[in-house]
Amino acid sequence: MGSASVDPASDKGGRTMSDDELMDYDEVMDRFDPVIGLEVHVELNTASKMFCSCSTGFGGEPNSQTCPVCLGLPGSLPVVNGKAVESAIRIGLALNCSIATWCRFARKNYFYPDMTKNFQISQYDEPLCFDGQVEVETDDGMFTVPIERAHMEEDAGKSLHVGGATGRIQGADHSLMDYNRAGVPLIEIVTRPVIGAGSKAPQVARAYVTFLRDMVCALGVSDVRMEQGSLRCDANISLMPKGSTVLGTRTETKNVNSLRSVEKALTYEIRRQGAILAAGGRIKQETRHWHEDGEYTSAGRSKEQAEDYRYFPEPDLVPVAPAPAWVEDLRATIPQPPAVVRAALRQKWGFSAAEMRDVVAAEALDLLIATVEAGASPQAARKWWMTELLRRANAADTSLDQLPITASQVAEIQALVDESVINDKVARHVFEAVLAGQGEPRAIVEQQGLAVVMDVDALQAAVDQAIAADPDAAAKIRDGKVQAVGALIGAVMRLMKGQADAATVRRLILDTLG
Amino acid sequence: MNPLIHTPAVELGRMIATGETCSEEVVQAHLDRIGAVDSDINAFLYVDTERALAQARAVDARVAAGERLGPLAGVPIGVKDAFTYMGAPTTCGSAMLRDWRPPYTSTVVQHLLDAGLVILGKTNMDEFAMGSSTENSAFGPTHNPWDLTRIPGGSGGGSSAALAAFEAPLAIGSDTGGSIRQPASVTGTVGVKPTYGGCSRYGLVATASSLDQAGPCARSVMDAALLHQVMAGYDPKDSTSIDQPVPGVVEAAGRRDVKGMRIGVVTDLGGEGYAPGVTQRFNETVELLAGADAEIVEVSCPYFRYALPAYYLIMPSEVSSNLARFDAMRYGLRVGDDGSHSAEQVMKLSRGANFGPEVIRRVILGTYALSSGYYDAYYGSAQKVRTLIIRDFSRAFEQADVLVSPATPTTAFKLGERVDDPMAMYQADLATIPTNLAGNTAASFPVGLAPEDGLPVGFQVMAPPMREDRVYQVGSAVEALWEDTWGAPLWTQLVTREDAR
Repeated sequence: MGSASVDPASDKGGRTMSDDELMDYDEVMDRFDPVIGLEVHVELNTASKMFCSCSTGFGGEPNSQTCPVCLGLPGSLPVVNGKAVESAIRIGLALNCSIATWCRFARKNYFYPDMTKNFQISQYDEPLCFDGQVEVETDDGMFTVPIERAHMEEDAGKSLHVGGATGRIQGADHSLMDYNRAGVPLIEIVTRPVIGAGSKAPQVARAYVTFLRDMVCALGVSDVRMEQGSLRCDANISLMPKGSTVLGTRTETKNVNSLRSVEKALTYEIRRQGAILAAGGRIKQETRHWHEDGEYTSAGRSKEQAEDYRYFPEPDLVPVAPAPAWVEDLRATIPQPPAVVRAALRQKWGFSAAEMRDVVAAEALDLLIATVEAGASPQAARKWWMTELLRRANAADTSLDQLPITASQVAEIQALVDESVINDKVARHVFEAVLAGQGEPRAIVEQQGLAVVMDVDALQAAVDQAIAADPDAAAKIRDGKVQAVGALIGAVMRLMKGQADAATVRRLILDTLG
Repeated sequence: MNPLIHTPAVELGRMIATGETCSEEVVQAHLDRIGAVDSDINAFLYVDTERALAQARAVDARVAAGERLGPLAGVPIGVKDAFTYMGAPTTCGSAMLRDWRPPYTSTVVQHLLDAGLVILGKTNMDEFAMGSSTENSAFGPTHNPWDLTRIPGGSGGGSSAALAAFEAPLAIGSDTGGSIRQPASVTGTVGVKPTYGGCSRYGLVATASSLDQAGPCARSVMDAALLHQVMAGYDPKDSTSIDQPVPGVVEAAGRRDVKGMRIGVVTDLGGEGYAPGVTQRFNETVELLAGADAEIVEVSCPYFRYALPAYYLIMPSEVSSNLARFDAMRYGLRVGDDGSHSAEQVMKLSRGANFGPEVIRRVILGTYALSSGYYDAYYGSAQKVRTLIIRDFSRAFEQADVLVSPATPTTAFKLGERVDDPMAMYQADLATIPTNLAGNTAASFPVGLAPEDGLPVGFQVMAPPMREDRVYQVGSAVEALWEDTWGAPLWTQLVTREDAR
């Protein structure tokens, strides 16, 4: 098949702006109030698809996980996956939503080759979960994000456009379809317009998506891997002139595939829209495509003429009517909100509010929990992740969980320190080696001979040599000026190439000098 | 002529089980018959000769080994081409699916195979079951065995004509607005639409999902009941199928008695617009039932008059969505794939070239009815009418155990007579549509020939959901009462006529 005109992300029309064309962020905030809205798709981790028994496994041979139902073959019929309904209800409860006592699926009709039936089974005016709200954490404390709905739907297949320069459908020679993902259960979570966040709007958006990720992860209903697409976010934003109550025209930014991108894409859009409005221009209602590498958005599909999806109740399925008693049973399985869990951890770990906030902002909490579970003290875990490792992550422009080191490796390095096998300085060297892929901490210490020298004769020889080399310092110590010991410790450590325990060296020096 | 082709299915099953004949002989007799007459009838789109004979021999081997099989084991059957049956094409009478061979078998066909029935082939139908004459088949119309210049009804004209032409003793159909009952009516055969959810729709290519229902076609009430028993039952693959035991249809079909039953004549289905001969045979049948000590009452269902307009909103709406998948991307005949057209253009070209005018008409109607701004006025209102029709039925079933009416307003009309007049064509389903909208059960039974044209008239019996037993009970009584009058079943007149030629 040739290239088609149905690509949702064609780049004509709307313009991309360079940084100096964008309006200064603070200036936008002086003149406008941003209003955001977030649509998040969560791919459930049920073993089978939404309406058939095919596997949902990621990365299978193309079209190996398909059947007449998810291929939409003539005569096939969908059957609702009860586990997916359960997961959807649990997500709804975690978002403090009301759960419908009776609701139906609806068909969303549109033609696209990745849709096997040319309609998507979704929900329309009868969502399973509705009217919720969640509290999310920002620098200034908690912010309430109102939830309009959370509903069930099926995912589409994936297209691979072959022969073009861009991988997009334009210019492609032909397209290949993989329907393994077709019919994978999705929960779409839609906020109401979030008003009043002011300049914190992008941060609120990020905090909200973080909340969803953490909550859904705690529920155990999804892998929530943004990079694999199991959590996908569309970020809507419009600007409202200060003092106005009339919502402005919004854009919908897609391809926002990381938490950082949520914040950055919205910040970009705020500055872009601000520049257009300040120049007397008009915002086009359209989708925008976020470019993670260049950190800008480009124009996608125009939404000025609303597409008519001709929704109607799905006649092949019976209504979903969860029994109230079942919903209550599920309510009992909902974990505490992440903020509550954090407060309890902060208490237990003895962190200050600022320390905890930094940990959360660095997305290091799960890593800390894992490191503590692996045996390190909370303070040690925080020290390594928030200094040594965070510095390296920032330098590499990546996130902590992307660093090639695990929580148990960090705990092991700390254990080596606790056992006085190495000191902090050597520990830093071990971190370096682990990150460089040289192996496990203990093995690295052994192979590279990094263990501190516990051989008292060797140490004593070094101490004697240091005293002989610095008689002034030795005299001061003999006179009781113990603070002068630092210079001698430094000298011994140099002689030992750092592989000595400073406390032991200090004791030896003082003993030697009587 | 081989007498096996004039033998009822129940009798064939017994003869095969007892060794008086064997399935292979019975199947061969019907294959020979198809070979002899189907060029005139065009009831079959596909004849599965080799596989049918192999299935027959397999049944014979099991019988020979002393296995006790079901009552229809070894009996041949025709399957409407809307049901998937792996190894054979499923075209739905559409050029779109000319070469489509489904990779799976429908639940209903699987039930047939499990019961030892032998599948002769796939029968002709209006394209995607839209029509009342089979003239909308992309593969040419089917002819009515009573008069080859007339329509055999539709959409399931192939199945009914196959019965009336003795090409098969049994067949299955699907009924969305009358596609089993109206063909049965105009061919003098029996056709039953079960309760919605009574038979699985899995593998029945959807026309209108909330209306479609698979059902049996036969020449006698008992044959239909035995087939019904095989087809019906809960299927976890169809969410809308009913998880309850199949009503006792076989027992009911053997009763032949209506003493004390309250039979409601629906005053809204009859009179003006109904052919004199149809009205006459209907009234005579009601009198026969009264004479057999049934209690006859008149009931009114005032909202039935809105059934046809409501149906022609709901049905096309669902059609427009169900048929969207036919885009020639994954299967189906692709048009315009020459490298110069986009995927979207190939979809448009393929649909435009492969769908017939009636299908296109309904897709457009339905697309319009579901459009935002029109939805409430059309689809929404039609659904309200549907609720009112269900209410009409509920009230009527308080006064009567079954409701009766002519199955269709006229006898078989001439081929070509209504092809350019869709409204006239739609009228053929006037009396059958309310049952589809309400989801209850109904059937058409033969009650003789109209005096003015000598063509069969059908008598419709409607019962509440999951009360198929009442439909069969009344049907068996109607059959017995008329056979007493005629001295033989109606279809024997076809044999007499053929012998005379």
